[in-house]
Amino acid sequence: MALNGVFYSLMILAFLAFFVSRFLTLKTVKGDIRRLHSRPVYYGLNSLFLTGFPAVILLIFWSFAQSILIDEKVKQQIPENFITEDAPLNLIMSEVDRLSEGLKQLVDQGTLSAAKIKNEDSELFGIEDKLESAGVFLSSSISPEVLSASRAKFAMEAFGSSIRNWLAILVSVLGFLWSLKNSTAEFRARNHVERITLFLLGTAATLAIFTSLGIVLSMIFEALRFFGMHPWTDFFFGSTWAPSFSAGSELSILPLLWGTLYISFVALLVSVPIGLYSAIYLSEYASKPIRAIAKPLLEILAGIPTIVYGLFALTTFGPLLRYFFGDGGFLGVEWMSDSRSVITAGVVMGMMLIPFVSSLSDDIINAVPQSLRDGSYGLGATQSETVRKVILPAALPGIIGAILLAASRAIGETMIVVLGAGAVAKFAGNPLEALTTITTRIVSQLTGDLEFDSPETLVAFALGLTLFTITLGLNVLALYIVRKYREQYE
Amino acid sequence: MTETSHTNSLFNVSDKTKNRNAAERRFRIYGILAISIGLLMLLVLASTIILRGTSAFQQTFITLDVDLLESKLDKKGNRNVDDIKKVSTFGYSPILLNAMKKVLEKHEIRTSLKKKALGGIISKSAPSQIRDFVLEDVNRIGQTVEFKFLVNGWIDGYIKGRYSRESVANSKFASAEQFDLIDQLLEVGVVEKKFNFDFIFGADASDQRPEAAGIGVAMVGSFYLMLVVLVLSLPLGVAASIYLEEFAKQNIFTDVIEVTISNLAAVPSIVFGILGLAVFINYMHLPQSTPIVGGLVLTLMTLPTIIISTRASLKSVPPSIRDAALGLGASKMQTVFHHVLPLAAPGILTGTIIGMAQALGESAPLLLIGMIGYVATNMPTTISEGLLSPNSAMPAQIYEWAKRADPAFIERAWGGIIILLIFLLTMNTMAVILRRRFERRW
Amino acid sequence: MKDQTYLDRESNLTPGISKISAKNVNVYYDDVQALKDVSVEIGKNAVTSFIGPSGCGKSTFLRCLNRMNDTIDICKVTGQILLEGEDIYDPKIDPVQLRAKVGMVFQKPNPFPKSVYDNIAYGPKIHGLANTKSDLDEIVEKSLQRAAIWDEVKDRLSSPATGLSGGQQQRICIARAIATSPDILLMDEPCSALDPIATAQVEELIDELRENFCVVIVTHSMQQAARVSQKTAFFHLGSLVEFGDTEKIFTNPNDPRTESYITGRIG
Repeated sequence: MALNGVFYSLMILAFLAFFVSRFLTLKTVKGDIRRLHSRPVYYGLNSLFLTGFPAVILLIFWSFAQSILIDEKVKQQIPENFITEDAPLNLIMSEVDRLSEGLKQLVDQGTLSAAKIKNEDSELFGIEDKLESAGVFLSSSISPEVLSASRAKFAMEAFGSSIRNWLAILVSVLGFLWSLKNSTAEFRARNHVERITLFLLGTAATLAIFTSLGIVLSMIFEALRFFGMHPWTDFFFGSTWAPSFSAGSELSILPLLWGTLYISFVALLVSVPIGLYSAIYLSEYASKPIRAIAKPLLEILAGIPTIVYGLFALTTFGPLLRYFFGDGGFLGVEWMSDSRSVITAGVVMGMMLIPFVSSLSDDIINAVPQSLRDGSYGLGATQSETVRKVILPAALPGIIGAILLAASRAIGETMIVVLGAGAVAKFAGNPLEALTTITTRIVSQLTGDLEFDSPETLVAFALGLTLFTITLGLNVLALYIVRKYREQYE
Repeated sequence: MTETSHTNSLFNVSDKTKNRNAAERRFRIYGILAISIGLLMLLVLASTIILRGTSAFQQTFITLDVDLLESKLDKKGNRNVDDIKKVSTFGYSPILLNAMKKVLEKHEIRTSLKKKALGGIISKSAPSQIRDFVLEDVNRIGQTVEFKFLVNGWIDGYIKGRYSRESVANSKFASAEQFDLIDQLLEVGVVEKKFNFDFIFGADASDQRPEAAGIGVAMVGSFYLMLVVLVLSLPLGVAASIYLEEFAKQNIFTDVIEVTISNLAAVPSIVFGILGLAVFINYMHLPQSTPIVGGLVLTLMTLPTIIISTRASLKSVPPSIRDAALGLGASKMQTVFHHVLPLAAPGILTGTIIGMAQALGESAPLLLIGMIGYVATNMPTTISEGLLSPNSAMPAQIYEWAKRADPAFIERAWGGIIILLIFLLTMNTMAVILRRRFERRW
Repeated sequence: MKDQTYLDRESNLTPGISKISAKNVNVYYDDVQALKDVSVEIGKNAVTSFIGPSGCGKSTFLRCLNRMNDTIDICKVTGQILLEGEDIYDPKIDPVQLRAKVGMVFQKPNPFPKSVYDNIAYGPKIHGLANTKSDLDEIVEKSLQRAAIWDEVKDRLSSPATGLSGGQQQRICIARAIATSPDILLMDEPCSALDPIATAQVEELIDELRENFCVVIVTHSMQQAARVSQKTAFFHLGSLVEFGDTEKIFTNPNDPRTESYITGRIG
C-alpha cells in the first residue's frame, strides 16, 4: 500500500478510537459524567493521540530511513565500470529512480505484475514501450544495469513498505489498547491530553528555528561545495563576473555587489527624503481628513506586488528615460542605450520603498512625547524649528533604523531589478547604463540550463549566503541602534 | 535699548521672525511636495495599469462558416475515431482556407492575398479548435458549422492600434494588404472585437500565439498555492503564537526563537526560493514546478508574518478575561482555547488574509523552484493533480509574458496584473471590513 | 553694545502696574465651555497664583496667556488679553514672537534630550538673541545662575540634561524659559511632580525670580500659593470667583465659595 493509503487509514483508526473509547469510558460510569475526572471528550482525545501519533511517527522515520538505506544498497548494485564521466552516479541514480517509479505505475495500471518484476529470472519484454505508453519519460534506451537496479529497488521498496505498513497498524492498535486500559474514571485524561497539546504547540514554535537553520545550512552546504570548486579568494576579492559554458568562468561577487549597492543607493535617494517629509507632514501638520486619505493611499504603494513595479520599469519608465536620454531622443544625447538601467530600477524601487520609510518614520515620530513639543512651542519655536531641532534629533536612532531596514529591503529585492536593471556586470559609474545585481544573477544562474553540480550553478548559493548575511547584518544593526538609543527620553 | 526683543512692540515683526516664518512656509511646502510626489507616482502607476491592461480583455474574432469536409477529415468514411485522430492540425488548415474564401465570396470582397497570407490572418490555434470540436463527436463531420476564431496576434494589434501599415512594412508576420482586408471584413461584421473570456479562464499559449494566451490555468495554480499556504501556515502559526505568548517561559531558548522569527520576517524572498530549491527539490525530491513545493516555500515566508500578527491579537485580549476563566477553575489550556482564542480570532483572521495577499503577489521564490517557463496548458482535474502537477502561478505567468518581447504578450502581462490586483484588492478589503466589524475596544 | 540690558534692569520689588490685562475671556473646547467671562489684571514684579479645584479652568487660562491653546485644534478663545497694551490675539501678531516674551514652565519637567548647554541655548538661538558664541555662553551662564542651578551643573554643561534629578531638571526648564529674557513667566503646577526638598528649592527660586519677571503660577496647593504669591485668583467651574491680595484671600475672603474652598469644604 502506498504511503498515503496507510496514512489515511491511520487517521480513520484514530477517529474511530476517539468515539469508541469515549463510549466505553462513559459506560464504566454508567453515563454519569460527574464521576469522571475529566470531561468525556478528553478520554476520546487521549485515545486519538495514542492511536495516531506513535504510528505516524513510526511511518515518517521508517520511510526516511528506508529511502536512505535502499539508496545505498542500490548504489552498491551498480557495477563500477558503469559509472563514467558522462554518466556520473547521481545521473544514473535519478534514472533508476524514474524507472522504478515507472514500474510502480505499470503495476498500478495492471500492465505488469509485481511478482514478475521481483522475480529476478523473468525477463521483462517490451518494457520500454509499456513505459512510454504509460507516460513515463525515458531519456534513452534502458541499459540492463539500470533495469536490474530499478527492479531491485522496486523489490526492496515493496518489501520495506509492507513491513512498515503492518508495523504501523500494529503500533496503532497497541496504542489504542493501551489507551483503553487507561479509560477509567480516575484517569486524569485532561492533564495527559493537555500535556500532549503543549508539546505539539512547542513543536510548532521550534519550526521557526528549523526554518532558519534549514536556510543557513542548505546554503552553507551548497556554498561549500562551490568553494571546493572555485577559490573563495577569487569569489570575494576578484573583479570580474563572466560565467561561461566551457571552463574558466570568472565568478566574483564584487561587480554584482557594486550593482546592488548602486541601485539601492538610488532607491534610498528617492524614498528617504520623500518618505521622511511625508511622514513629518502627515503627523505634524496635516489635518485629520487629509491624513485619513493620504496615509492609506500611500500605503497602497506598499501593497502592490513587485512584479508590477518590475513591468512598469521595463515597459514604461525605462522607455521614458530612453526617450530623454537615449540616442535620437529628446535631449539629443547618447547616454542611454537600453531602457534598463540603474536609474530605471533604482527610481522604481524608490517608489516602492516610499511607504515603507514613511510608515516606519511616522511611528517613530509619533513616539516622541508630546511634552517635548510643548516645551519647544512654549519657548516660541515655529513648528518646523521644533521638528528640525527637537523632534528629529530625538527620533534620529529610530529613523536611522528605518533607513537601514529600507536599505536591507532594497538590497534583497529581486523582481524589479530582474526586469529593470539588466545583465551587465561591471564597475560602471553611469547611472543610465544597465547594471546587474546579486539577486538577478542568483535567478539567472539557477534557472539556466546548466547542470546542477557545475560551479556556475552552485555559485548562486554562495551569492545567496552572502546576501542573507548582509541583510541579516543590516536588520540586526537596525534593531541594535533603535534599542540602544531609545532610553534617551525615558 | 532699541534692539531688545521685549521692549519692542509685538506688532513689530522682526526680520529674524520673518525669516523664520519663511523657513516655516518652505518646510510645509516640502512636506506637501513630498506627499504629492508619492501620490503622483501612485496615479501614474494606476493609470499605466489601466491604460495598458484593459485592452487584453478584448480580442478580435472572425466568424466563419466551416464545411467539415469528409473528404479531408475522414477519408475512409467510416467515422472511426482512431483514424480521425490521425489527421493532425495540418490537415485542418485547408478547410479553414476554404471557409475564408467562402466568406470573401459571400460578401463580394476581392483581395490580392495569396493562400498563405490569407490563412495567416487567422490564429494558429484555430485548426486545433476545429479538431477538438470534431473529436468530441465524429458525427459532426459533413456538417457546416459556424465558428468564432481568434485573429492572429499581429492583426489584433492592428485593430487595437498598436501597429500601422508602415510599422509592418518589413514584417513577415503581417502585411498592409492583410490590414486592408481586415478593414473590409470589419465593415461587414465578419470581424469584430469582443470581450475575451478566454483571457481570464483559458490557458497560456506558446510564443507564436499571444492572442490565445490566457491566465486561467495560472489562476488555478495560484489557488492551489494559497490552499497549501492556508492549510499549513494558519494552524502552525497560531499554534506557535499560542505557545510563545501564553506558555513559554522567559528563558534563552524562547529569546532565540523570538529573535529568529523577527529576523525571518525580514529575509529577502529570493532566499526562501533558494531554500526551496536546495531542500525541497534537491534533497527531498519533491516534484519540481508544482504548487505543493511553491506552497511550502510561501508558507515559510508567510509564517513569521502570521505569528507576529497573531501574537499581537492574543496580547490585546485583556488579562481580566483570563483571570475570570482561571478563577472559575479552568485550566490554562482551556482558558486559551475557550476564551482567548475566540476573542482574538478576528485579528488573527485579518492578519492571515493580509499575509496571504502578500504571498499571492510573490514571484521571486517561484522563479527558482521552476514555476516559470512552464506553459501550463491543462486545467488540473483533481486536487492531487492540482497540487502535484507542474503549474504556474499568476505573478509567475505575468513575469513569463513580460519576458517575451512581443507587445501582444506585454499587453497580456498588464491584463494579468489587473486580474492579480483585483484579487489583492478583494482580499485587503475583506481584511479591512473584518477588522472594522469585529474590532473591540477593550 | 551688548544686548544685555535685561540683566541690569532696576528691580522694583513692590507690585507695579499691570502687565497683563484680560477682559471677558471665554474658552470653548468644541461645544463645551471651559472658561466663562474671565477678567483679571496681572501686575509686574509680583507673583500671582491661580488656585481652585481640578478642572476649574486655571490651567486653561494660563495657556491662553501665551497662546499655547493654539496648538489644540478644537479650542476657541474669545475676549481680549492685552500684554503691555497690545492684544495678543490680534491676527497681525505672530505667536512665535509672543512666546519669546512670555515663557512657560510645565508640570512635568521636560528637558530636551540634549546637553544642559543646548537646552538653555535653544531659545536664544532660534530667536537670534546672541550674535557670537561668547554672547551665547554668557546668556547660558546668567540664566543658570538666575535659576539657582549654575553651581550644580557648571562642570557638566555638555552632559545630557535628562541625566539630572527631577528637581534639577525642573530648574533647568526654568533656566531655559528665562534664557529668552521674557517679561512674564508662566508656571503650570511646577512642583507637583517634585519631592519636598526639590519643591522647596523651586519655591525659593520663584521668590528670587520676581525681582526681574512677572510670574504667574498655577497651583493646586493652597499652602504653596500662600507661601510664594502676593496676589491670588480663585477659579471655580470656569469662572474667576475672586482676585486679590494673597493674605486677604486666605484670611478674609469676600466670596463664600472662596471660603468654602480654603476651608476644604469643596475641591
